[in-house]
Formats: sequence, structure tokens, C-alpha cells
Amino acid sequence: MDNALASWIIDNREEGVFRVNRRTLTDPQILALEKERVFDRCWIYAGHESEIPNPGDFRARNVAGRPVILVRGSDQQVRVLLNTCRHRGALVCRERAGNAKTFQCPYHAWTYNNRGELVGVPGEDAYSPAFDRQQFALATPPRLESYRGFLFISFDLAAEPLEDYLAGATEYLDLVSDQSAVGMEIVGGTQAYSMRANWKLLVENSIDGYHGIPTHQRFFTFLVDSGIDLRGGPRIPGVAKALGNGHAVMEYDAPWGRPLARWVPAFGEAKKAEFAALHKALEERFGPERAHRMSQYNRNLLIFPNLIINDITAITVRTFFPVAADYMEINAWALAPKDETPENRALRLDNFLTFLGPGGFATPDDVDMLESCQRGFLNREVEWSDISRGMKSDHPVPTDELQLRTFWRRWNELITLSQSVRASAQQAA
Amino acid sequence: MAAQLGPAVTREQIEDFLYAEAALLDEWRLQEWLELLTEDVTYSVPATDVPDGDAKDTLFLIADDALRVRSRVKQLLGKSAWAENPHSRTRRLISNVRIREANGETVRVTANFIVYRMRLDQVDTYVGRYEYTLVQQEGQLKIRERKAILDLEALRPQGKVSIIL
Repeated sequence: MDNALASWIIDNREEGVFRVNRRTLTDPQILALEKERVFDRCWIYAGHESEIPNPGDFRARNVAGRPVILVRGSDQQVRVLLNTCRHRGALVCRERAGNAKTFQCPYHAWTYNNRGELVGVPGEDAYSPAFDRQQFALATPPRLESYRGFLFISFDLAAEPLEDYLAGATEYLDLVSDQSAVGMEIVGGTQAYSMRANWKLLVENSIDGYHGIPTHQRFFTFLVDSGIDLRGGPRIPGVAKALGNGHAVMEYDAPWGRPLARWVPAFGEAKKAEFAALHKALEERFGPERAHRMSQYNRNLLIFPNLIINDITAITVRTFFPVAADYMEINAWALAPKDETPENRALRLDNFLTFLGPGGFATPDDVDMLESCQRGFLNREVEWSDISRGMKSDHPVPTDELQLRTFWRRWNELITLSQSVRASAQQAA
Repeated sequence: MAAQLGPAVTREQIEDFLYAEAALLDEWRLQEWLELLTEDVTYSVPATDVPDGDAKDTLFLIADDALRVRSRVKQLLGKSAWAENPHSRTRRLISNVRIREANGETVRVTANFIVYRMRLDQVDTYVGRYEYTLVQQEGQLKIRERKAILDLEALRPQGKVSIIL
């Protein structure tokens, strides 16, 4: 691209200086590079296996800019099919969700089974002997793998195995997935929203402990109104960690209640004993230390580049894709134990909505802040943002910006095709 | 401001009530709006992909009980609800008002809405229908259930529901 910088970040660990060039957040040419070097190269979250529990169940959605179908075939196998007819291109699946034995393209009625095979071509005798149905199965992304029910696809055939890619993030996916002995599931209902902002601002925001108090003051006011004692101050010490391959997490103690299993007065006296029992059950499965961490602590996890799993007032799974340099589409879901009682499921969803989602008491203000940043970037003369907080600390905490730097370092490596990335690409090839 | 009710509430009375409510919301007279709500009010906005869901087992955008909706108003009138500070301008158009069921002092009403929200050079449009359960308390209509069901397929490009929809 024109006027490309050798590096889009300034990363001076000795001096404790870290800056990000704001063109990375505004320039359509950077977005084009991201599509090629980030979204077409990394493992990208496509959905959760629990969203398609039965043979024939499907979900159609956009992943990494492509319309795809997540489908469980009649053979029980989970697949991701590219939603385009092999004949002339039309979408073969026009519903968002459902159950189907076949997908029939409405244009010329080519029909595919739920394993993606082409099984019907009207007037097939008009084709020459060179026409072979088997060559016209619905296409698939080159790679599909899952970890604990989280389905990822990659458009890079040479991508490393998913578990290697996830690196240290598997520990945190386990802390979420282990919250039920029978498995976790995505709850019905999608929070489908958007921001007039660059997608990377939402990466930053989702794992940024520093903005919590100023941006979300109203939420803490609500906590007080709902009977939570904040006189000792909102407790947010904790840790921030880089997990490898650009993944990062912050883990911390906070004053709000957690559906599994941190009781607060707003949950009602009747629930106090039950929550203690839920915690005890975790202790029996995992020992006191891990159980305490699972039920009492909060985690904001980034899986590079665009999957956020925040285990806070409830568990949200959030993913987002850029449509333009200054506009993104976001989908967020609730993840919950499959074996939760209906009463506790209702409590979980209620607690989810206090903080999370585009109608909650926090997310709308995040939307406002990120859109505000994007407006600020119109001042092109101000070229760099500062993300150096806590850079010289030996014990980074959530209010430092280590998590953000972790993302940006990996992003910069991929975008600039730095030596290390080229080396690893050659190794993989 | 609530309509005085005779033995049977008329559509005209319901319309007057809904228009007056819309004016309070458009004028940011949210404390007065709270006075229209019963002690056990619920206010909800379902997810756009499950518009007929139940908030007990389906993720919503908003599912407020009385405490939550009062806190919401307090936040909106305070300084730190940044998405509405400064306040947006809104204009609500309400039509197709229908009484679906009248049972003693309870009336179930549906209506269509378009809510325009203007702020920082953007115009966001929210389209959908209301489902109300209104009750007659001491001769006044009050809101017991207020559900705003969006026809939008997603909050795109609106991005959020930061006003009382």
C-alpha cells in the first residue's frame, strides 16, 4: 500500500513507550490488508456446537465476511459450508436458523443434502459427460476444528492446529467450559448490533480494565441501588496476562454477583444457600482453589483476533467483523450450563442484562465511547494513540494496558509480515 | 394526565394516553413518565432474532423490572449515561392502536411505533410494535407491562437502545 509504515506501532520496552498509529483505525487500505493477513489467516470463531444440537440443525451467518452455514449433518457431523450455490452463486440457505435435510438453491433448483453434497440437478441429462456432481459439493473453509464446543474455521490450509493456535487461552476456555459437568450451551436470542467504529477499538474496549470506572460509573450506581455494598471501593485488582499468539486475558475480583456462583442480595435471600451449594459442587469437582477462581473471579478473554468471552455478570460470547474501516457488525450471545435450573437460568439472563448488551447499563456507553474515538480520529494531525500504561510493571493488572499491547503486537506482526511471521509461515509450508 | 375512565375504556382514551406518554418521553420528562408505571411494572425489548421470546429463557436486549426501570431513568437523568449525555432528540410516531382484550380493569393494547433518535449528526430509526398491559388504578390508566418488539433484523446501524424505546 502507499505510504505504508514499517511498523504501525512504536514498542519500546526499555523506555516504556507504546503507541499505535491511528491510520490503522481509519484507513480502508489497512482494512484490505487485515482481510488478507488477519481474517484469512487466523482461526476465526464461527459458532458453538450447542447451537446445532440435532441432525439437520443449521444456523446461517456471516463469518469473516462470508455467508456460511453451520450445520449438523444427518451423519451427526458438524460442518461449516460456504453459502453459495456451486452453479451460479445464489445463497442456498435463506433462513437464519432451522432444521433441514436439504438446501435447495431457489435460482435453478440445484439441491444439496445437509452434508453439502450435490444430490439434485434438474435436467441433468443436458450436461456433457464431463459434468460430475461430486465436484460440485458446497465448498467449505479449508480448516474446521473445535475446542470444548467452540467451532473455529480458518481460510489458511496451512494454519497450525487449533489447540496450538489457542495456546494459553485454552486454560481460560476450560474455566468457562468446566462450569457444567454436562456441558455449556448458547442460550436462544442474539444481541445483534453494530458500532460506527473500527473493529479493533472493540477488541481494546472488551479487555480494558482502565475504562471501567469512568465509562461505567452509572453501572456502579445501579449496583449500589440493587443492594451491593461498594463502601470498600469496587474491588478490581487482579492480573492481566498475554496468552500467546495475540490472545490476552484479565482476571479480577469485582463487586457484582455471578450466576455461578457468587451470591449478592439482589439474587434474594432464598438463593443464598443454593449458591453456596453450587459453589460446593464446584469444589468437589475441582478443589477449593480452582472452584474459588471459577465462581468468584471474573475473566475478560480475547482470542485473537475477534473473539471475546467475558465471564462477568454472566458469560457472553461476542464476535465482530469489520464492514468498513469505521463500521463493524457485532453478535453477542449468552453461554450457560446446560443443566442449570430454569429459575437459575432466568436469574443468569437477568444478571447478564444489567451490564451487558446494547440495552444494558454499560454497553451503550461503550458504543458511545468507541464512536467518539472514531470521530476524534478525523483529526488526522494527531497520529498516535498511547497504550503504554503499566508497561514497566512486573505484575500487570487489568487497569494496565498489557492486554491491549498483546493484541497490537500480534496484529502488527501479521500486517507488516515481520520476520517472525514470515519464518513461521515458511515453517508451516 | 392519565385518562379518566368510564365503565369501558375506549380506543380514543387509550390513544390519548399513549400520545401523552410519548410526549413525556420525547420531552425527557422521565420522572413524570415513571408515575405512569405500576409498582410491579416490566419493560422489555426482545432480541431481534427471537421477537416472541420469554426473558426467563431467552436473551433479551432489555428486560427491566420496576427497580431496574427506575434505576434506568435515574441514570438517564444523571451525568454518566454517556450514550445519552448530552441527551439525544427523539420523536415518536404511534399508530394502529388496537384494544386486543379488555378484562375488568386490565386492558391489553398493541400499537405500531417509529421512534427517530437524533444525535451527533446521525438519525437512527427504530421500527416495531408495542404490547401494553394497562390497568385502571384509582380511575387512572397505569402501565403494568410495556414491551417494545423491534421489527429491525438487528440493531444495525443503530448499535444500541440507550433511550426508553
